[in-house]
Amino acid sequence: MDRKIRILVAKPGLDGHDRGAKVMARAFRDDGMEVVYTGLRQTPEQIVQAAIQEDVDVVAMSILSGAHNHLFPRVTELLAAKGVDDVLVVGGGVIPEDDYEFLKSKGVAAIFGPGTPTKTTIDFIRANLKRK
Amino acid sequence: MSAKQAGAAPPRPEPRGEQPELARRVVSGEARAVARLISGLEDGDPAAAAALAALRGSRGRAHVVGVTGPPGSGKSTLCDKMIAELRGRGLRVGILAVDPSSPFSGGAILGDRLRMQRHALDEGVFIRSLASRGRLGGLSRATAAAARALEAAGYDWVIVETVGVGQSEVEIVKMADTVVLVSVPGLGDDIQVIKAGVMEIGDVFVVNKADREGADRVVREIRGMLEMAAGLAWARAEAAHHGPAPGSAAGSVAGPGAGGLPELPLDAEGHPVLPPILKTVAETGEGCAGLVDAVIEHRRRASESGALASRRLEAARAEMRSLIAYRLLDLLEGERGRGVEDSLARAVASGDQDPYSAAEELLAALSKGAIA
Ligand SMILES: Nc1nc2c(ncn2[C@@H]2O[C@H](COP(=O)(O)OP(=O)(O)OP(=O)(O)O)[C@@H](O)[C@H]2O)c(=O)[nH]1
Ligand SMILES: [Mg+2]
Repeated sequence: MDRKIRILVAKPGLDGHDRGAKVMARAFRDDGMEVVYTGLRQTPEQIVQAAIQEDVDVVAMSILSGAHNHLFPRVTELLAAKGVDDVLVVGGGVIPEDDYEFLKSKGVAAIFGPGTPTKTTIDFIRANLKRK
Repeated sequence: MSAKQAGAAPPRPEPRGEQPELARRVVSGEARAVARLISGLEDGDPAAAAALAALRGSRGRAHVVGVTGPPGSGKSTLCDKMIAELRGRGLRVGILAVDPSSPFSGGAILGDRLRMQRHALDEGVFIRSLASRGRLGGLSRATAAAARALEAAGYDWVIVETVGVGQSEVEIVKMADTVVLVSVPGLGDDIQVIKAGVMEIGDVFVVNKADREGADRVVREIRGMLEMAAGLAWARAEAAHHGPAPGSAAGSVAGPGAGGLPELPLDAEGHPVLPPILKTVAETGEGCAGLVDAVIEHRRRASESGALASRRLEAARAEMRSLIAYRLLDLLEGERGRGVEDSLARAVASGDQDPYSAAEELLAALSKGAIA
Protein backbone atom coordinates (compact mmCIF):
# COMPACT_ATOMS: atom_id res chain seq x y z
CA MET A 1 0.00 0.00 0.00
CA ASP A 2 1.29 3.44 -0.77
CA ARG A 3 -0.17 5.95 1.65
CA LYS A 4 0.33 9.55 0.57
CA ILE A 5 0.01 12.50 2.88
CA ARG A 6 -2.98 14.56 1.75
CA ILE A 7 -3.12 18.17 2.81
CA LEU A 8 -5.73 20.88 2.34
CA VAL A 9 -4.33 24.37 1.83
CA ALA A 10 -6.97 26.96 2.52
CA LYS A 11 -7.31 30.70 2.93
CA PRO A 12 -10.09 31.53 5.36
CA GLY A 13 -11.33 35.05 5.70
CA LEU A 14 -11.47 37.95 3.41
CA ASP A 15 -7.91 38.81 2.50
CA GLY A 16 -7.36 38.63 -1.21
CA HIS A 17 -3.80 37.54 -1.43
CA ASP A 18 -2.65 33.95 -1.69
CA ARG A 19 0.94 34.02 -2.88
CA GLY A 20 2.20 32.61 0.41
CA ALA A 21 -0.38 29.81 0.35
CA LYS A 22 0.62 28.92 -3.20
CA VAL A 23 4.31 28.83 -2.28
CA MET A 24 3.47 26.46 0.56
CA ALA A 25 1.30 24.32 -1.73
CA ARG A 26 4.24 23.88 -4.08
CA ALA A 27 6.62 23.09 -1.26
CA PHE A 28 4.24 20.40 0.03
CA ARG A 29 3.94 18.94 -3.45
CA ASP A 30 7.69 18.92 -3.91
CA ASP A 31 7.89 17.01 -0.67
CA GLY A 32 5.65 14.31 -2.13
CA MET A 33 2.34 15.36 -0.62
CA GLU A 34 -0.99 15.58 -2.41
CA VAL A 35 -2.18 19.14 -1.98
CA VAL A 36 -5.80 20.14 -2.38
CA TYR A 37 -5.88 23.86 -2.96
CA THR A 38 -9.23 25.51 -2.29
CA GLY A 39 -8.37 29.12 -2.96
CA LEU A 40 -9.32 32.40 -1.39
CA ARG A 41 -12.10 33.52 0.92
CA GLN A 42 -13.14 30.21 2.32
CA THR A 43 -15.53 30.00 5.21
CA PRO A 44 -14.64 27.61 8.05
CA GLU A 45 -17.66 25.53 7.01
CA GLN A 46 -16.36 25.17 3.46
CA ILE A 47 -12.90 24.28 4.70
CA VAL A 48 -14.23 21.56 6.98
CA GLN A 49 -16.50 20.08 4.32
CA ALA A 50 -13.61 20.01 1.86
CA ALA A 51 -11.34 18.41 4.46
CA ILE A 52 -13.91 15.67 4.99
CA GLN A 53 -14.63 14.93 1.34
CA GLU A 54 -10.96 15.05 0.43
CA ASP A 55 -10.11 12.89 3.46
CA VAL A 56 -6.99 14.90 4.21
CA ASP A 57 -4.46 14.25 6.94
CA VAL A 58 -3.68 17.92 7.40
CA VAL A 59 -5.49 21.24 7.14
CA ALA A 60 -3.07 24.11 6.60
CA MET A 61 -4.57 27.58 6.76
CA SER A 62 -3.01 30.91 6.14
CA ILE A 63 -4.48 34.22 7.10
CA LEU A 64 -3.32 37.81 6.79
CA SER A 65 -6.42 39.72 7.75
CA GLY A 66 -6.14 39.41 11.52
CA ALA A 67 -9.26 37.28 11.96
CA HIS A 68 -7.25 34.21 12.99
CA ASN A 69 -8.47 34.16 16.59
CA HIS A 70 -11.99 33.75 15.29
CA LEU A 71 -11.56 31.66 12.14
CA PHE A 72 -8.94 29.08 13.16
CA PRO A 73 -10.81 27.96 16.30
CA ARG A 74 -14.02 27.84 14.29
CA VAL A 75 -12.41 25.28 11.97
CA THR A 76 -11.16 23.10 14.82
CA GLU A 77 -14.57 23.31 16.52
CA LEU A 78 -16.43 22.32 13.37
CA LEU A 79 -14.05 19.43 12.77
CA ALA A 80 -14.62 18.22 16.32
CA ALA A 81 -18.37 18.62 15.93
CA LYS A 82 -18.24 16.38 12.85
CA GLY A 83 -16.31 13.79 14.82
CA VAL A 84 -13.12 14.37 12.89
CA ASP A 85 -10.35 13.86 15.41
CA ASP A 86 -7.49 12.63 13.25
CA VAL A 87 -6.72 15.72 11.18
CA LEU A 88 -3.70 17.84 12.04
CA VAL A 89 -4.48 21.57 11.87
CA VAL A 90 -1.70 24.10 11.36
CA GLY A 91 -1.75 27.81 10.64
CA GLY A 92 0.40 30.46 9.12
CA GLY A 93 0.37 34.03 7.93
CA VAL A 94 0.62 37.24 9.85
CA ILE A 95 -0.19 36.28 13.43
CA PRO A 96 1.16 38.00 16.55
CA GLU A 97 3.14 35.64 18.74
CA ASP A 98 0.94 36.64 21.65
CA ASP A 99 -1.90 34.72 20.02
CA TYR A 100 0.01 31.44 19.53
CA GLU A 101 -0.84 30.02 22.95
CA PHE A 102 -4.53 30.79 22.58
CA LEU A 103 -4.65 29.16 19.14
CA LYS A 104 -2.80 26.09 20.38
CA SER A 105 -5.28 25.75 23.22
CA LYS A 106 -7.96 25.70 20.55
CA GLY A 107 -6.40 22.77 18.74
CA VAL A 108 -4.20 24.49 16.16
CA ALA A 109 -1.08 22.35 16.52
CA ALA A 110 1.42 24.95 15.35
CA ILE A 111 1.64 28.42 13.88
CA PHE A 112 4.30 29.26 11.32
CA GLY A 113 5.04 32.94 10.97
CA PRO A 114 6.31 34.71 7.88
CA GLY A 115 9.81 33.65 6.91
CA THR A 116 9.54 30.20 8.45
CA PRO A 117 11.62 27.88 6.24
CA THR A 118 9.24 25.54 4.41
CA LYS A 119 11.30 22.63 5.69
CA THR A 120 10.40 23.53 9.28
CA THR A 121 6.71 23.34 8.45
CA ILE A 122 7.09 20.11 6.50
CA ASP A 123 9.15 18.45 9.21
CA PHE A 124 6.59 19.45 11.82
CA ILE A 125 3.75 18.03 9.74
CA ARG A 126 5.51 14.76 9.06
CA ALA A 127 6.37 14.33 12.75
CA ASN A 128 2.91 15.19 14.04
CA LEU A 129 0.45 13.44 11.73
CA LYS A 130 -2.44 12.03 13.68
CA ARG A 131 -3.18 9.30 11.17
CA LYS A 132 -0.44 6.87 10.37
CA MET B 1 -4.37 -21.34 15.92
CA SER B 2 -4.44 -22.91 19.39
CA ALA B 3 -4.71 -26.69 19.87
CA LYS B 4 -8.14 -26.26 21.36
CA GLN B 5 -9.46 -24.48 18.31
CA ALA B 6 -7.78 -26.91 15.93
CA GLY B 7 -10.27 -29.70 16.59
CA ALA B 8 -13.34 -27.51 16.31
CA ALA B 9 -15.10 -26.53 13.15
CA PRO B 10 -13.20 -23.75 11.42
CA PRO B 11 -14.56 -20.44 12.65
CA ARG B 12 -16.58 -18.53 10.13
CA PRO B 13 -14.49 -15.80 8.66
CA GLU B 14 -15.08 -12.76 10.81
CA PRO B 15 -16.19 -9.82 8.70
CA ARG B 16 -12.94 -7.94 9.07
CA GLY B 17 -12.88 -4.66 10.93
CA GLU B 18 -15.42 -2.10 9.85
CA GLN B 19 -16.22 -3.48 6.38
CA PRO B 20 -19.94 -4.02 6.58
CA GLU B 21 -20.19 -0.97 8.79
CA LEU B 22 -18.27 1.11 6.26
CA ALA B 23 -20.44 -0.14 3.42
CA ARG B 24 -23.58 0.63 5.40
CA ARG B 25 -22.38 4.15 6.12
CA VAL B 26 -21.54 4.69 2.45
CA VAL B 27 -25.02 3.62 1.39
CA SER B 28 -26.53 5.99 3.92
CA GLY B 29 -24.60 8.72 2.12
CA GLU B 30 -22.29 9.63 4.99
CA ALA B 31 -19.60 11.85 3.48
CA ARG B 32 -16.81 10.76 5.79
CA ALA B 33 -17.41 7.11 5.01
CA VAL B 34 -17.45 7.74 1.27
CA ALA B 35 -14.23 9.73 1.60
CA ARG B 36 -12.53 7.01 3.66
CA LEU B 37 -13.60 4.33 1.22
CA ILE B 38 -12.15 6.25 -1.70
CA SER B 39 -8.87 6.73 0.17
CA GLY B 40 -8.70 3.03 0.92
CA LEU B 41 -9.30 2.21 -2.72
CA GLU B 42 -6.55 4.61 -3.76
CA ASP B 43 -4.12 3.11 -1.31
CA GLY B 44 -4.93 -0.43 -2.41
CA ASP B 45 -6.34 -1.31 1.00
CA PRO B 46 -7.95 -4.78 0.87
CA ALA B 47 -10.56 -3.70 3.42
CA ALA B 48 -11.76 -1.02 1.02
CA ALA B 49 -12.01 -3.55 -1.79
CA ALA B 50 -14.12 -5.73 0.48
CA ALA B 51 -16.39 -2.82 1.35
CA LEU B 52 -16.81 -2.09 -2.33
CA ALA B 53 -17.79 -5.71 -2.91
CA ALA B 54 -20.56 -5.27 -0.39
CA LEU B 55 -21.87 -2.34 -2.43
CA ARG B 56 -22.16 -4.06 -5.78
CA GLY B 57 -25.96 -3.97 -5.84
CA SER B 58 -26.00 -0.35 -6.90
CA ARG B 59 -24.03 -0.79 -10.12
CA GLY B 60 -25.52 0.95 -13.08
CA ARG B 61 -27.56 3.51 -11.20
CA ALA B 62 -25.39 6.52 -11.85
CA HIS B 63 -24.53 8.07 -15.16
CA VAL B 64 -20.75 8.36 -15.39
CA VAL B 65 -19.64 11.33 -17.46
CA GLY B 66 -16.04 11.94 -18.46
CA VAL B 67 -15.01 15.55 -19.07
CA THR B 68 -11.66 15.84 -20.79
CA GLY B 69 -9.73 18.37 -22.85
CA PRO B 70 -6.53 20.40 -22.90
CA PRO B 71 -5.10 22.01 -19.75
CA GLY B 72 -6.88 25.23 -18.87
CA SER B 73 -9.73 24.73 -21.34
CA GLY B 74 -12.29 25.34 -18.61
CA LYS B 75 -13.18 21.79 -17.62
CA SER B 76 -13.50 22.53 -13.91
CA THR B 77 -15.50 25.68 -14.57
CA LEU B 78 -17.81 23.64 -16.82
CA CYS B 79 -18.16 21.03 -14.07
CA ASP B 80 -19.09 23.79 -11.63
CA LYS B 81 -21.86 24.98 -13.95
CA MET B 82 -23.04 21.45 -14.68
CA ILE B 83 -23.31 20.81 -10.95
CA ALA B 84 -25.48 23.91 -10.56
CA GLU B 85 -27.67 22.84 -13.49
CA LEU B 86 -28.05 19.27 -12.24
CA ARG B 87 -28.82 20.39 -8.70
CA GLY B 88 -31.50 22.63 -10.15
CA ARG B 89 -33.01 19.50 -11.66
CA GLY B 90 -32.95 17.77 -8.29
CA LEU B 91 -30.07 15.42 -9.08
CA ARG B 92 -27.19 14.53 -6.76
CA VAL B 93 -23.73 14.94 -8.23
CA GLY B 94 -20.38 13.35 -7.43
CA ILE B 95 -17.21 14.78 -8.93
CA LEU B 96 -13.88 13.04 -9.32
CA ALA B 97 -11.22 15.49 -10.44
CA VAL B 98 -8.00 13.82 -11.50
CA ASP B 99 -4.76 15.77 -11.78
CA PRO B 100 -1.35 14.39 -12.63
CA SER B 101 1.16 13.54 -9.93
CA SER B 102 4.62 15.03 -10.22
CA PRO B 103 6.91 12.39 -11.67
CA PHE B 104 9.72 13.84 -9.56
CA SER B 105 8.30 14.06 -6.07
CA GLY B 106 5.21 11.89 -6.39
CA GLY B 107 3.25 14.79 -4.93
CA ALA B 108 0.51 16.74 -6.67
CA ILE B 109 -1.33 20.02 -6.58
CA LEU B 110 -5.00 19.33 -6.96
CA GLY B 111 -6.58 22.61 -8.03
CA ASP B 112 -9.81 21.63 -9.75
CA ARG B 113 -11.83 21.83 -6.59
CA LEU B 114 -11.11 25.54 -6.37
CA ARG B 115 -13.59 26.23 -9.18
CA MET B 116 -16.37 24.17 -7.61
CA GLN B 117 -15.89 25.09 -3.99
CA ARG B 118 -19.14 27.11 -3.86
CA HIS B 119 -20.92 23.73 -3.79
CA ALA B 120 -18.92 22.52 -0.77
CA LEU B 121 -21.80 22.96 1.63
CA ASP B 122 -24.41 21.35 -0.60
CA GLU B 123 -25.18 17.90 0.79
CA GLY B 124 -26.15 16.76 -2.68
CA VAL B 125 -22.66 17.34 -4.04
CA PHE B 126 -19.50 15.38 -3.29
CA ILE B 127 -16.22 16.58 -4.73
CA ARG B 128 -13.07 14.53 -4.52
CA SER B 129 -9.68 15.35 -6.01
CA LEU B 130 -7.47 12.47 -7.05
CA ALA B 131 -3.83 12.47 -8.01
CA SER B 132 -3.05 10.18 -10.90
CA ARG B 133 -0.14 8.65 -8.97
CA GLY B 134 1.03 7.63 -12.41
CA ARG B 135 2.08 4.07 -11.75
CA LEU B 136 0.07 2.85 -14.72
CA GLY B 137 -1.42 5.23 -17.23
CA GLY B 138 -2.96 8.59 -16.58
CA LEU B 139 -5.82 7.83 -14.22
CA SER B 140 -5.55 7.05 -10.57
CA ARG B 141 -5.91 3.32 -9.86
CA ALA B 142 -9.06 3.98 -7.96
CA THR B 143 -10.91 6.26 -10.34
CA ALA B 144 -13.35 3.64 -11.59
CA ALA B 145 -13.79 2.19 -8.13
CA ALA B 146 -14.30 5.65 -6.64
CA ALA B 147 -17.07 6.20 -9.18
CA ARG B 148 -18.70 3.01 -7.85
CA ALA B 149 -18.40 4.30 -4.32
CA LEU B 150 -20.16 7.55 -5.25
CA GLU B 151 -22.80 5.61 -7.14
CA ALA B 152 -23.44 3.47 -4.10
CA ALA B 153 -23.73 6.59 -1.97
CA GLY B 154 -26.62 7.71 -4.15
CA TYR B 155 -25.10 10.24 -6.52
CA ASP B 156 -27.07 10.29 -9.77
CA TRP B 157 -24.28 11.66 -11.89
CA VAL B 158 -20.60 10.99 -11.40
CA ILE B 159 -18.51 13.44 -13.40
CA VAL B 160 -14.85 12.58 -13.89
CA GLU B 161 -12.59 15.44 -14.94
CA THR B 162 -9.27 14.48 -16.48
CA VAL B 163 -6.68 16.51 -18.32
CA GLY B 164 -6.61 15.51 -21.96
CA VAL B 165 -2.94 14.85 -22.31
CA GLY B 166 -1.15 11.56 -22.59
CA GLN B 167 -3.05 8.48 -21.60
CA SER B 168 -5.80 9.70 -19.35
CA GLU B 169 -8.32 10.64 -22.02
CA VAL B 170 -7.99 7.26 -23.64
CA GLU B 171 -8.62 5.63 -20.30
CA ILE B 172 -11.57 7.83 -19.42
CA VAL B 173 -13.48 6.57 -22.41
CA LYS B 174 -13.16 3.08 -20.98
CA MET B 175 -14.95 3.99 -17.80
CA ALA B 176 -17.40 6.73 -18.78
CA ASP B 177 -20.91 6.27 -20.16
CA THR B 178 -20.65 9.61 -21.94
CA VAL B 179 -17.45 11.49 -22.80
CA VAL B 180 -17.53 15.28 -23.13
CA LEU B 181 -14.55 16.49 -25.13
CA VAL B 182 -13.70 20.14 -24.49
CA SER B 183 -11.82 22.33 -26.96
CA VAL B 184 -11.15 26.07 -26.96
CA PRO B 185 -10.36 28.63 -29.60
CA GLY B 186 -6.95 30.13 -29.83
CA LEU B 187 -4.73 27.18 -29.24
CA GLY B 188 -2.91 28.51 -32.25
CA ASP B 189 -3.22 25.52 -34.49
CA ASP B 190 -5.89 24.97 -37.13
CA ILE B 191 -5.98 21.28 -36.69
CA GLN B 192 -5.31 21.08 -32.99
CA VAL B 193 -8.36 18.90 -32.51
CA ILE B 194 -6.90 16.34 -34.84
CA LYS B 195 -3.43 16.61 -33.47
CA ALA B 196 -4.74 16.04 -30.00
CA GLY B 197 -5.56 12.61 -31.37
CA VAL B 198 -8.60 12.33 -29.19
CA MET B 199 -11.37 13.04 -31.68
CA GLU B 200 -12.55 9.47 -31.59
CA ILE B 201 -13.49 9.54 -27.94
CA GLY B 202 -16.03 12.36 -27.84
CA ASP B 203 -19.74 11.67 -27.50
CA VAL B 204 -20.47 15.34 -26.97
CA PHE B 205 -18.14 18.04 -28.26
CA VAL B 206 -17.84 21.34 -26.45
CA VAL B 207 -16.12 24.46 -27.67
CA ASN B 208 -15.70 26.41 -24.46
CA LYS B 209 -14.61 30.04 -24.11
CA ALA B 210 -17.01 30.84 -26.92
CA ASP B 211 -16.78 34.44 -25.79
CA ARG B 212 -13.37 34.46 -27.48
CA GLU B 213 -12.62 34.93 -31.10
CA GLY B 214 -12.37 31.84 -33.23
CA ALA B 215 -14.94 29.66 -31.51
CA ASP B 216 -16.97 29.26 -34.71
CA ARG B 217 -13.89 28.19 -36.57
CA VAL B 218 -13.16 25.47 -34.03
CA VAL B 219 -16.77 24.32 -34.35
CA ARG B 220 -16.35 24.13 -38.15
CA GLU B 221 -13.12 22.20 -37.82
CA ILE B 222 -14.67 19.67 -35.52
CA ARG B 223 -17.72 19.37 -37.75
CA GLY B 224 -15.46 18.83 -40.72
CA MET B 225 -13.69 16.04 -38.94
CA LEU B 226 -16.93 14.43 -37.89
CA GLU B 227 -18.43 14.71 -41.36
CA MET B 228 -15.39 13.06 -42.79
CA ALA B 229 -15.95 10.27 -40.33
CA ALA B 230 -19.63 10.20 -41.24
CA GLY B 231 -18.77 9.96 -44.93
CA LEU B 232 -16.51 7.06 -44.19
CA ALA B 233 -19.14 5.48 -42.02
CA TRP B 234 -21.71 5.91 -44.74
CA ALA B 235 -19.42 4.31 -47.30
CA ARG B 236 -18.79 1.43 -45.00
CA ALA B 237 -22.46 0.99 -44.25
CA GLU B 238 -23.10 0.85 -47.99
CA ALA B 239 -20.37 -1.70 -48.42
CA ALA B 240 -21.86 -3.70 -45.58
CA HIS B 241 -24.98 -4.25 -47.69
CA HIS B 242 -22.83 -6.28 -50.01
CA GLY B 243 -20.83 -8.03 -47.34
CA PRO B 244 -19.56 -7.38 -43.85
CA ALA B 245 -17.25 -4.39 -43.67
CA PRO B 246 -14.06 -5.52 -42.07
CA GLY B 247 -13.66 -4.36 -38.47
CA SER B 248 -17.09 -2.83 -38.17
CA ALA B 249 -19.37 -3.67 -35.30
CA ALA B 250 -23.10 -3.97 -35.63
CA GLY B 251 -24.82 -0.64 -35.04
CA SER B 252 -21.76 1.46 -35.71
CA VAL B 253 -19.10 1.79 -38.32
CA ALA B 254 -15.76 3.47 -38.86
CA GLY B 255 -13.94 2.58 -35.69
CA PRO B 256 -10.74 4.07 -34.40
CA GLY B 257 -9.02 2.17 -37.15
CA ALA B 258 -10.30 4.72 -39.63
CA GLY B 259 -7.44 7.11 -39.09
CA GLY B 260 -8.44 8.10 -35.58
CA LEU B 261 -11.92 9.19 -36.60
CA PRO B 262 -14.81 8.67 -34.28
CA GLU B 263 -16.96 5.62 -34.24
CA LEU B 264 -20.35 7.09 -35.05
CA PRO B 265 -23.65 5.60 -34.00
CA LEU B 266 -26.18 4.92 -36.75
CA ASP B 267 -29.80 5.95 -36.78
CA ALA B 268 -32.68 3.65 -37.69
CA GLU B 269 -32.01 4.10 -41.43
CA GLY B 270 -28.37 3.29 -41.00
CA HIS B 271 -27.23 6.88 -41.36
CA PRO B 272 -24.39 7.95 -39.12
CA VAL B 273 -25.45 10.36 -36.38
CA LEU B 274 -23.09 13.24 -35.81
CA PRO B 275 -22.36 13.91 -32.15
CA PRO B 276 -23.48 17.35 -30.99
CA ILE B 277 -21.02 20.24 -31.02
CA LEU B 278 -21.91 22.87 -28.45
CA LYS B 279 -20.53 26.30 -27.77
CA THR B 280 -20.27 27.24 -24.10
CA VAL B 281 -19.02 30.06 -21.96
CA ALA B 282 -18.34 28.24 -18.74
CA GLU B 283 -17.47 31.44 -16.98
CA THR B 284 -21.05 32.74 -17.31
CA GLY B 285 -22.82 29.40 -17.61
CA GLU B 286 -23.96 30.09 -21.16
CA GLY B 287 -24.72 26.84 -22.96
CA CYS B 288 -24.25 24.71 -19.88
CA ALA B 289 -27.90 23.66 -19.57
CA GLY B 290 -27.68 22.58 -23.20
CA LEU B 291 -24.61 20.55 -22.35
CA VAL B 292 -26.48 18.70 -19.63
CA ASP B 293 -29.33 18.06 -22.10
CA ALA B 294 -26.90 16.75 -24.70
CA VAL B 295 -25.38 14.30 -22.22
CA ILE B 296 -28.83 13.09 -21.23
CA GLU B 297 -29.75 12.69 -24.89
CA HIS B 298 -26.57 10.70 -25.54
CA ARG B 299 -27.39 8.45 -22.67
CA ARG B 300 -30.93 7.91 -23.90
CA ARG B 301 -29.79 6.94 -27.38
CA ALA B 302 -26.95 4.76 -26.13
CA SER B 303 -29.25 3.03 -23.74
CA GLU B 304 -31.84 2.34 -26.46
CA SER B 305 -29.33 1.14 -29.03
CA GLY B 306 -27.55 -1.14 -26.63
CA ALA B 307 -24.34 0.87 -26.98
CA LEU B 308 -24.42 1.73 -23.30
CA ALA B 309 -24.55 -1.91 -22.30
CA SER B 310 -21.68 -2.86 -24.56
CA ARG B 311 -19.65 0.08 -23.34
CA ARG B 312 -20.20 -0.98 -19.76
CA LEU B 313 -19.10 -4.48 -20.67
CA GLU B 314 -15.89 -3.04 -22.06
CA ALA B 315 -15.54 -0.89 -18.97
CA ALA B 316 -15.80 -3.98 -16.77
CA ARG B 317 -13.15 -5.68 -18.84
CA ALA B 318 -10.84 -2.67 -18.68
CA GLU B 319 -11.30 -2.32 -14.95
CA MET B 320 -10.46 -5.96 -14.30
CA ARG B 321 -7.35 -5.69 -16.42
CA SER B 322 -6.27 -2.59 -14.62
CA LEU B 323 -6.81 -4.29 -11.26
CA ILE B 324 -4.71 -7.22 -12.37
CA ALA B 325 -1.97 -4.90 -13.55
CA TYR B 326 -1.97 -3.08 -10.23
CA ARG B 327 -2.05 -6.33 -8.32
CA LEU B 328 1.02 -7.50 -10.21
CA LEU B 329 2.76 -4.20 -9.49
CA ASP B 330 1.89 -4.49 -5.82
CA LEU B 331 3.37 -7.99 -5.76
CA LEU B 332 6.49 -6.91 -7.62
CA GLU B 333 6.97 -3.92 -5.37
CA GLY B 334 6.40 -5.87 -2.18
CA GLU B 335 9.46 -6.77 -0.14
CA ARG B 336 9.81 -10.32 -1.40
CA GLY B 337 8.81 -9.38 -4.93
CA ARG B 338 11.61 -6.91 -5.07
CA GLY B 339 14.03 -9.60 -3.92
CA VAL B 340 13.12 -12.00 -6.72
CA GLU B 341 12.99 -9.19 -9.23
CA ASP B 342 16.36 -7.83 -8.13
CA SER B 343 18.18 -11.11 -8.56
CA LEU B 344 16.59 -11.72 -11.96
CA ALA B 345 17.34 -8.15 -13.04
CA ARG B 346 20.96 -8.63 -12.04
CA ALA B 347 21.15 -11.81 -14.05
CA VAL B 348 19.69 -10.08 -17.11
CA ALA B 349 21.90 -7.01 -16.73
CA SER B 350 25.04 -9.10 -16.48
CA GLY B 351 24.07 -11.17 -19.48
CA ASP B 352 23.71 -14.40 -17.53
CA GLN B 353 20.04 -14.68 -18.41
CA ASP B 354 17.88 -13.43 -21.25
CA PRO B 355 15.03 -11.04 -20.36
CA TYR B 356 12.35 -13.32 -21.82
CA SER B 357 13.08 -16.30 -19.63
CA ALA B 358 13.62 -14.00 -16.66
CA ALA B 359 10.19 -12.40 -17.20
CA GLU B 360 8.66 -15.89 -17.47
CA GLU B 361 10.35 -16.90 -14.25
CA LEU B 362 9.14 -13.79 -12.48
CA LEU B 363 5.61 -14.31 -13.74
CA ALA B 364 5.66 -17.94 -12.64
CA ALA B 365 6.87 -16.90 -9.19
CA LEU B 366 4.08 -14.32 -8.98
CA SER B 367 1.35 -16.68 -10.09
CA LYS B 368 2.50 -19.33 -7.64
CA GLY B 369 2.10 -16.73 -4.98
CA ALA B 370 5.75 -17.31 -4.14
CA ILE B 371 6.29 -13.65 -3.56
CA ALA B 372 2.84 -12.61 -2.47
N1 LIG C 1 -12.93 33.69 -21.30
C1 LIG C 1 -13.30 32.56 -20.73
N2 LIG C 1 -12.54 32.03 -19.77
C2 LIG C 1 -12.93 30.86 -19.22
C3 LIG C 1 -14.11 30.21 -19.62
N3 LIG C 1 -14.23 29.07 -18.90
C4 LIG C 1 -13.16 29.03 -18.07
N4 LIG C 1 -12.39 30.11 -18.25
C5 LIG C 1 -11.14 30.44 -17.53
O1 LIG C 1 -10.13 29.54 -17.94
C6 LIG C 1 -9.25 29.30 -16.86
C7 LIG C 1 -9.10 27.79 -16.64
O2 LIG C 1 -10.34 27.28 -16.21
P1 LIG C 1 -10.45 25.86 -15.52
O3 LIG C 1 -11.90 25.58 -15.35
O4 LIG C 1 -9.60 25.80 -14.32
O5 LIG C 1 -9.84 24.95 -16.65
P2 LIG C 1 -9.47 23.40 -16.59
O6 LIG C 1 -9.63 22.86 -17.94
O7 LIG C 1 -10.22 22.74 -15.51
O8 LIG C 1 -7.93 23.49 -16.18
P3 LIG C 1 -6.99 22.27 -15.73
O9 LIG C 1 -7.77 21.40 -14.81
O10 LIG C 1 -5.86 22.97 -15.04
O11 LIG C 1 -6.57 21.56 -16.98
C8 LIG C 1 -9.82 30.02 -15.65
O12 LIG C 1 -9.14 31.22 -15.49
C9 LIG C 1 -11.25 30.23 -16.03
O13 LIG C 1 -11.81 31.36 -15.38
C10 LIG C 1 -14.90 30.79 -20.64
O14 LIG C 1 -15.92 30.27 -21.08
N5 LIG C 1 -14.45 31.97 -21.17
MG1 LIG D 1 -9.51 21.62 -13.91
